[in-house]
Amino acid sequence: MEFRKDLFANERDDDLNEVGRPTQRQDAQGHVTGRSRFFDDYALPGMLHMKFARSPHHHARVRSLDTREAAQMPGVVRILTSEDVPKKVHTLLILLDLGPDDEPPLAFDKVRYRGEPVAAVIAESESAAAAAAAKVRVDYEPLPAVFDVEEALAPGAPLVNEYHGRNWYDYNGYDFRKIRFGDVERGFREADHVVEERYQMSPIEHAPTETGGCIAAPDTAGRYVCYTNTQALFFSLETAARILDLPSNRLHFVGGTVGGGFGGKVDSVHEPLALLGAMLTQRPVRSAYSRAEEMQVSSPRGAERFYVKDGVMDDGRIVARYARIYFDAGAYSRLSPYGAVKAAAHMPGPYYIPNVWVDARCVYTNRTPSSAMRGFGVTGADFALEVQMDKLARLVGMDPMEFRIFNAYRDGDMKAHRRVTKNAALIECVQAAARIADWPLSERFQAMSSTRDGGGERGVIPPAPAPGPGPGKGASGRRVPPAGAEAAATTARPPAPADAPTVASPARSPLAGRGRMSSLLGTRRR
Amino acid sequence: MTVGLQTFETLRDASAVVGRDPSARFLGGGTLLVRALNEEAADFSTLLRCTDRVLVEIRASGSRVRIGAGVTMARILASRELAFLHPAARAVGGPAVRAQATVGGNLFAPPPYGDLAAALLALDARVSVQSGYSPRDMPLDEFLRTRDTMVRSIVSGVEVARPRGERSFRFLKVSKVRPKGVSLLTIAARLEDSAGRLSGVRVAYANMGPAPVRAAAVERALEGRRLEPLVVEAAAAAAANGCSPPTDAIASAWYRREVLPVHLSRLLLGVA
Amino acid sequence: MSHVTLDFRLNGTGRTELIAGGETLLSLLRHRLDTTSIKQGCRQGTCGSCTVIVDGEPRLACITLAATCDGCTIETAESLPGPGGLHPLQQAFMDHFAAQCGFCTTGMLMAAKALLAANPSPTREDVVDAISGNICRCTGYQPIIEAVLAAAGAGPSGAGQPGGSRPGVV
Ligand SMILES: Cc1cc2nc3c(=O)[nH]c(=O)nc-3n(C[C@H](O)[C@H](O)[C@H](O)COP(=O)(O)OP(=O)(O)OC[C@H]3O[C@@H](n4cnc5c(N)ncnc54)[C@H](O)[C@@H]3O)c2cc1C
Ligand code: FES
Ligand code: FES
Repeated sequence: MEFRKDLFANERDDDLNEVGRPTQRQDAQGHVTGRSRFFDDYALPGMLHMKFARSPHHHARVRSLDTREAAQMPGVVRILTSEDVPKKVHTLLILLDLGPDDEPPLAFDKVRYRGEPVAAVIAESESAAAAAAAKVRVDYEPLPAVFDVEEALAPGAPLVNEYHGRNWYDYNGYDFRKIRFGDVERGFREADHVVEERYQMSPIEHAPTETGGCIAAPDTAGRYVCYTNTQALFFSLETAARILDLPSNRLHFVGGTVGGGFGGKVDSVHEPLALLGAMLTQRPVRSAYSRAEEMQVSSPRGAERFYVKDGVMDDGRIVARYARIYFDAGAYSRLSPYGAVKAAAHMPGPYYIPNVWVDARCVYTNRTPSSAMRGFGVTGADFALEVQMDKLARLVGMDPMEFRIFNAYRDGDMKAHRRVTKNAALIECVQAAARIADWPLSERFQAMSSTRDGGGERGVIPPAPAPGPGPGKGASGRRVPPAGAEAAATTARPPAPADAPTVASPARSPLAGRGRMSSLLGTRRR
Repeated sequence: MTVGLQTFETLRDASAVVGRDPSARFLGGGTLLVRALNEEAADFSTLLRCTDRVLVEIRASGSRVRIGAGVTMARILASRELAFLHPAARAVGGPAVRAQATVGGNLFAPPPYGDLAAALLALDARVSVQSGYSPRDMPLDEFLRTRDTMVRSIVSGVEVARPRGERSFRFLKVSKVRPKGVSLLTIAARLEDSAGRLSGVRVAYANMGPAPVRAAAVERALEGRRLEPLVVEAAAAAAANGCSPPTDAIASAWYRREVLPVHLSRLLLGVA
Repeated sequence: MSHVTLDFRLNGTGRTELIAGGETLLSLLRHRLDTTSIKQGCRQGTCGSCTVIVDGEPRLACITLAATCDGCTIETAESLPGPGGLHPLQQAFMDHFAAQCGFCTTGMLMAAKALLAANPSPTREDVVDAISGNICRCTGYQPIIEAVLAAAGAGPSGAGQPGGSRPGVV
């Protein structure tokens, strides 16, 4: 481990007691002795097991649901359907103060993805519950399904989720989360090259070594305890309280030991129904994904599609970016509308671009609902824009590392989502990475610094163009041949440097002072 | 699903039950059978074990070796007699799976499994089968073509001739995960040399069809020739003839067909 | 359904249990005998979280029928600490940050213990092979490999070994 304490020495107090020093994890001894208690280590006497009857269809109307035969199966204690759930339709987004409720904990009138639960069977053993779940009779009327984000937006596409009324999320009256900064049309006109590329991510399963699950049990005084491996204990507690229509002080959640999460254990799908089972049977109830369920029905990372169109100058400056993002939420919101916002905000990347236009749509399809995963919304965006950076560097004939240093944000620069850059460090990181990788950087780029040449003209919100149709209409997305790319590197100029050495008081962000939710989700204004 | 477990002392008695009771399966190491039980996917309700010594013996006589069907991959790896099978046995799962997985079970393992079976196939193995009260011997090739009906019998062992020469038997398991993962495809080849020319060539694949298969067209392209670039090219061109590879989570059938010639060439040229 | 009696030694203690024919070792040890160091990550034999040692060999408890362990000696992570405290492997896993969430840890430890019993001075490659049936989704394999090598006395960072990790670069 190497610490570059010479960098930004004046920006921090050098009194760190932990950073750079090995520290034993407090749970390490429990882990190596096998004494750390995971939720499944709390097996309780008399514990029942819950397994789900799941939709074999991607999209279907539920004509009828018959649990009589399943109820006669050996070991079955109780079967839950939507009728038993106090709040029949819910959304995780409510914890960010957003709606609408769009997902039933147990489906009733319709199923919207393959694997969606329609009934929960509670039995004396896991295999008895599974055997009985297979006997739940559902009369489905299959409906046309849609699996592609752009097809879902096309006129005539099957409507996936009635609670939205259309196949995309409504951001306070807008079809998409927008970023508008400067004048991209002018940027493209003035650019030496314009490049548009398409990037497609896949859904990715977190595959935690411990599958998601919980054990819920009656406690004393009308309270219920829930041992769970949720990654977000209070988030899950609030979700359960809302679905069960209980005051949250009736629930006692015990957690903290999570066998790998990576964002995959925040959806709180097990706790509400296991608790409901415990309430209705007055016995402990365990609900956990099998490995196959974890792979198929737990939320993956949402697959995003990006179209990134950039204007770049021969000297290497990126002068305009127009990005369209289609965030595949699957059949329900879960937390995807938030991920799409993060993707939008991230689109310029750690680079200064004076003209940016981003439209990020959160789209509903009949795929498994997606949700949080490490770097929620940002990882896909990074994939798209860093591959794009390599392509741009090649186009103008610059070294890819130098190209990044050249375009990096510096202190004082205004970001496209209208925040002033502070504590920028990309230039120094790339310089250090190049040194470790023995990657030669020319002196000019070795001399650049995050603390110099930012701000000034780059620190202000550029004037917006007169309202127009936007870059989607008109401007063609075709790639312009890289004329003169060879010569570009030698004629490169530094990025328009700031005339003032420091930006003492950057323009106050229009977001300053707004509430927590708006800062989480970005401005709700245009 | 509850299952019963019965133990027999002789192969004859065990095979009589397997032969008449469609809900009975013979238990090898159980890596696949117990997994099916756990997944509620078992199509059997009785498991049969047999304590007959013949199942766990490794016997070498002259150039031929007989391996009991109950011998595990770990035991193959511990046997010097079977050094030629070590690469194939080591390719099966991790150490814990190898301590349990048997030769007999591998002959029945569906795609993406059957790595050892592919190696045995390229060695022209013969299989001893006990059906009801009658034992018989058959080429592994034939056994694999009819293996769906073979679950009603018990395999007692396999017999192979040791390959002649160090480099004359080659094995390659292609996987996307290192050091080991599920097989994308597996190739085994016996390339014995007779006066400078290949003779008695055998090439076999796992995961290029519903069961391990011989690559007859490749064998023909190599037989009687020298291992030279043009010959290897001709063999590669015929690599996927007659194959119907599966599409699964690891790869599509198309992908398997596309990359097979590349891996086969590398194996033949000794650069795999 | 037929039950049989099973005699075995678990972590040094002789036991006799009545078991069903289809019962797995995982279900017997973890669910009935409270040996909760054995984790259940897949019940498919693919994750290695349930690795135990049966007669000196690493085995996956989830795909092993208990009935096949009659007369066997079974060791789980509960048996690792000695009279002097933690087992060297446990200490090395702590010192080398080889356990993040901890779910794979006991399985890794048992796979490593089986390796060291058979091969007290393994190469890095031997260690990689020994844990190749065990999945860790958090820690990353390097710290685990380092820990096993350290416990074997081969020294950290695989110094002097082919394929040893490059020190000093993070
Ligand atoms: C995690 C994991 C990884 C694996 N990796 C690999 C791999 O890399 N390569 C590979 O090839 N395989 C792999 N396998 C599959 C499997 O373990 C092996 O193919 C193994 O050799 C199967 O043998 P078994 O004794 O465990 O079979 P069992 O599960 O006991 O039996 C499988 C089938 O064969 C039948 N059978 C077994 N023995 C006989 C016999 N003597 N006579 C008649 N029928 C018999 C059974 O009735 C059953 O139908 C893997 C399995 C797991 C769980
Ligand atoms: S639980 Fe046994 S290998 Fe995963
Ligand atoms: S530490 Fe979490 S799986 Fe290994």
